[in-house]
Amino acid sequence: MPWDPGKDVVEVVRGPRPGAAGGAYRAFGETLRGLKTTFARMIEGPHTIQYPEQKVPVYPRFRGRHKLHRFDDSDPTHPNLEKCVGCSLCAAACPADCIRVVAAENTPENRISAGERYAAVYEINLSRCIFCGYCEIACPFDAITMGHDYELSDYDRSDLIFTKEMLLAEPVERTPLRNEGE
Amino acid sequence: MILADVAYYEEWWIQVIKAIVIFAVALQLVPVILIAERKLLGRFQGRYGPNRVGPYGALQPLADILKLLTKEHSRPTTSIGFLFAVAPMISILTAVAAFAIIPFGNVQNIFGTPVGLYGIDVSIGPLYLFAFGAVAFYGIMLGGWSSGSKYSFLGAMRGAAQLISYEVSQGLALVGVIFTAGTLSLTGIVQAQAGMWYIVPQFFGFIIFLVASFAETNRAPFDLTEADAELVGGYNTEYGGGRFASYFFAEYLNVLVVSGIVTTVFLGGWMMPFGIHPPGWVDPFVVLFKMAIISFFFIWVRATLPRLRYDQLMSFGWKILLPLATLNTLVTAILVTVTH
Repeated sequence: MPWDPGKDVVEVVRGPRPGAAGGAYRAFGETLRGLKTTFARMIEGPHTIQYPEQKVPVYPRFRGRHKLHRFDDSDPTHPNLEKCVGCSLCAAACPADCIRVVAAENTPENRISAGERYAAVYEINLSRCIFCGYCEIACPFDAITMGHDYELSDYDRSDLIFTKEMLLAEPVERTPLRNEGE
Repeated sequence: MILADVAYYEEWWIQVIKAIVIFAVALQLVPVILIAERKLLGRFQGRYGPNRVGPYGALQPLADILKLLTKEHSRPTTSIGFLFAVAPMISILTAVAAFAIIPFGNVQNIFGTPVGLYGIDVSIGPLYLFAFGAVAFYGIMLGGWSSGSKYSFLGAMRGAAQLISYEVSQGLALVGVIFTAGTLSLTGIVQAQAGMWYIVPQFFGFIIFLVASFAETNRAPFDLTEADAELVGGYNTEYGGGRFASYFFAEYLNVLVVSGIVTTVFLGGWMMPFGIHPPGWVDPFVVLFKMAIISFFFIWVRATLPRLRYDQLMSFGWKILLPLATLNTLVTAILVTVTH
């Protein structure tokens, strides 16, 4: 009884020799198949995203430009105060060393943050930032989070050092957010 | 000595107007096929193609031409100046001259004057075409050689070998049609197709002619003369500005000429299918429509097939295309003799 190799063995069917008449005949057939393929791609239509007009929506956890946060106006205990207390934990966690925090004491006349101290200077050098999100994780008060903005090019390096005012200001949301199931 | 008969002579002033009109039409059609090619190539590759200049990118060829014409004329110190300047002119001249014999319609009454809607209706139509095809080869050859650059020279050499190889098959493919029609006049060939277009009885001739035409016009997959991956730009490597624009123009005009010849010889010229006889002014549009279909096919093939290797090109031309063309001619000759 001959040994049955089963379905594991693939039979190799060799095509005609490329240079010979059979090869030319087959090449003609393959050419037609190729033409069909390209025509199908044309019917299918373009897959381009017209970038400046259309944008790829980002996922909710996308790490874009940073944001600093304030407490809501509606909260009577902390009216419109900054969440950042100037602890510099974000600066310590930053692997790229792009955050600079200079803290100052809050006074009863000049109360800026909810804690004892506040960030007098808070700068992020976005030309050095690697968007790892460690600052967000390090922050004990959720004062800094990563936003969704990724269009950060500028004409000057010094323009990429974002100050506290810029980070606190409501950013222009230029990036669409990906919806559930998208 | 009469070299060729001309079926119908107009007044000299009509000839002049016709010459201007043909050149104008050729000039208008080239930007159209330029933008069509770029848009269609984009679609074939799943993208849009140029769509920034003007509505839907329609002004892109204008911007391209403007860019090329405002560029500096530079040439290598090793080049031969006179030939370097003349070569693109030869290319453009032969392409426009070949365009002159494509019939866009029969003789028609325009304001009471009978005018043939073609440059000239010579009794040696295909021969005229091949004569100018052979001269066009000098445009490529001289351009590549006079550049004084090895890449240009290699491209020109390949071009020479390729054009000579495929011109034979192209000519033989037309011989079958000429046997069947019994005339060398292109309008005569169109009128002979009143019953049935020659694409049906001369199908193999049509295929062979089309394939050989791809090689004759240096289009993909036979664009070895300007194989940009290996030869930088082939015969036009050293050209820039307006001279490059001339080569570019001639290349696309050649595509149009070949489309026109295929339309005339195999697709029934200005005839409509199913015995529809529209008024005479529709004829040029019928021809243009058929030309557009063939040009679309050219672009389609360019989007599909990769470039052939040089030895593949040669063996395909001499070992497959030429025997097939000869066989086609032979069988046609026998059939024509038997049926008459």
